[in-house]
Amino acid sequence: MANQIPLVDYLVLGDKPHLTANECASCSARFFGRRNACASCSGTAFNTVAIDTTGEVKAFTIVTFAAPGVPVPFVSAIVDCGGTSVRGNVINVEASPEHVSLGMKVALATYSIGTDDNGTEAIGFGFAPFN
Amino acid sequence: MSDDIWILGIHMTKFGKYPDLDTVDLASQAALAALADGGVTMKEIGVLAAGCLMASNAGIGQQLQKQIGQTGIPVYNVANACATGATALRTAIMAVKSGEVDVGLAVGVEKLAGAGLLGAAGRPKSDKNEWNPSGRVGAVTSTDGRVGTDSMPGVFAQVGMEYGHKYGGTSFELFAKISEKNHAHSTLNPLAAYTKRMTLAEIMNDVMIAYPNTRPMCSANCDGAAAAVVVSGAKLRTMSLEQQRRAVKVSASVLTSDPYEEGCQVLPNVNTLTRNAAKIAYEQAGIGPSELDLVELHDCFATAELVHYDNLMLCEEGGAADFFNSGATWRDGSMPVNVSGGLESKGHPIAATGIANIWEVCHHLRGEAGDRQIQGAKVGLAHVIGLGSACGVHILESSGL
Repeated sequence: MANQIPLVDYLVLGDKPHLTANECASCSARFFGRRNACASCSGTAFNTVAIDTTGEVKAFTIVTFAAPGVPVPFVSAIVDCGGTSVRGNVINVEASPEHVSLGMKVALATYSIGTDDNGTEAIGFGFAPFN
Repeated sequence: MSDDIWILGIHMTKFGKYPDLDTVDLASQAALAALADGGVTMKEIGVLAAGCLMASNAGIGQQLQKQIGQTGIPVYNVANACATGATALRTAIMAVKSGEVDVGLAVGVEKLAGAGLLGAAGRPKSDKNEWNPSGRVGAVTSTDGRVGTDSMPGVFAQVGMEYGHKYGGTSFELFAKISEKNHAHSTLNPLAAYTKRMTLAEIMNDVMIAYPNTRPMCSANCDGAAAAVVVSGAKLRTMSLEQQRRAVKVSASVLTSDPYEEGCQVLPNVNTLTRNAAKIAYEQAGIGPSELDLVELHDCFATAELVHYDNLMLCEEGGAADFFNSGATWRDGSMPVNVSGGLESKGHPIAATGIANIWEVCHHLRGEAGDRQIQGAKVGLAHVIGLGSACGVHILESSGL
């Protein structure tokens, strides 16, 4: 199997792909990406925590007109994963209002974005309908 | 001792396409007309605050001075996303309020005709066929379109959908009806970029940009400028009765940023900072939302207008859909909203917007709004939000003279 690299550093690959957040050690606010300090309490200590891999769509849009190079249509969503808001596409579903709904249950899924000249495969994530 | 602040003169250019004018031309037009409207000249201006978001490193304030009057006064060039105009105005107001100067000038200008989709530049695509993590999330390629959307129509679509998920009552049709209202209002505004009434079917069947926002439900990119002269109450009382009569009182001037809340760095929370600004503004003015005669709010997208009914406390919490469905926000309703046509038809030359909405309210409070006059208007509110985020709320009152 080729080497793999996640699309973003908060996506953990392996047998059970999941997202991680930097959780503030003092107030438990969760953030994706590199931190300088906590936006909620200004604390500087963080723990890495795993985010639930299932959740509920709490907002979405179907983008049909995007910047050059961005394939459309796609479903952008905010997913409530056990109390943590996560941004991602809803995937493995037709991008139409008939097939996506508020409150829809979804689960994290990964897919290949492509392989580079070094044979490294980039892996993205999205949320697929669940149940 | 008097710390009341007044709009002495104000002007907005017609919004639209000006292929033969640059930003300095448009800013000059607005500034000179605002000065004339207030019966003052550059010689009396003690401070200038100016913004042009798309050229925010160009020193638009000094460029403007070089065309209309280099008097050596301090210039503050400001940039605060779509709240840039409100920030310029607030900067001038703070300078006057501090007692450093008696009279200040605020100008916002933008050339945006044909700019296309905003907020979606993403990061440049690399031709090099190698995955290299970079940036704060170590992304190996652009995340726009792979991890949700960066486009403004998409972000604000999600803002409206989130409201619908929380409180219910929303639908594609409801959001389109908000746009139908604003396009209907625009037919009475000769300064709007677009003044065509559109049917609900036309709006819903137009090009979909980001569901549920079709093209006419998005703010119109265009060129334009707006400027305002602000004066202290003490100075105003030395001026002519006509100047005092037409002056509009700034009963509240507030700027907020977004406080931390869960999820606010995932989907921008445009609600809390607006609610906070409104609360402070109502308190400063000693005026409640029910006392407003008209509101100009930041309908950058139809989906945004709905949530701001709630954020500005024009309706019960969670009741924005019912409030709109009651007809309240049409110009003949109990709480006219965006009688200018709103950003969806009047247009949204970014840095001009936060002064142009003040102009609209002043126009009604002075009884000078012609065909679209809200009869007897005494109190109005102007709201803008710039993503990132910054929110400006101003409450204005007629002089009563």
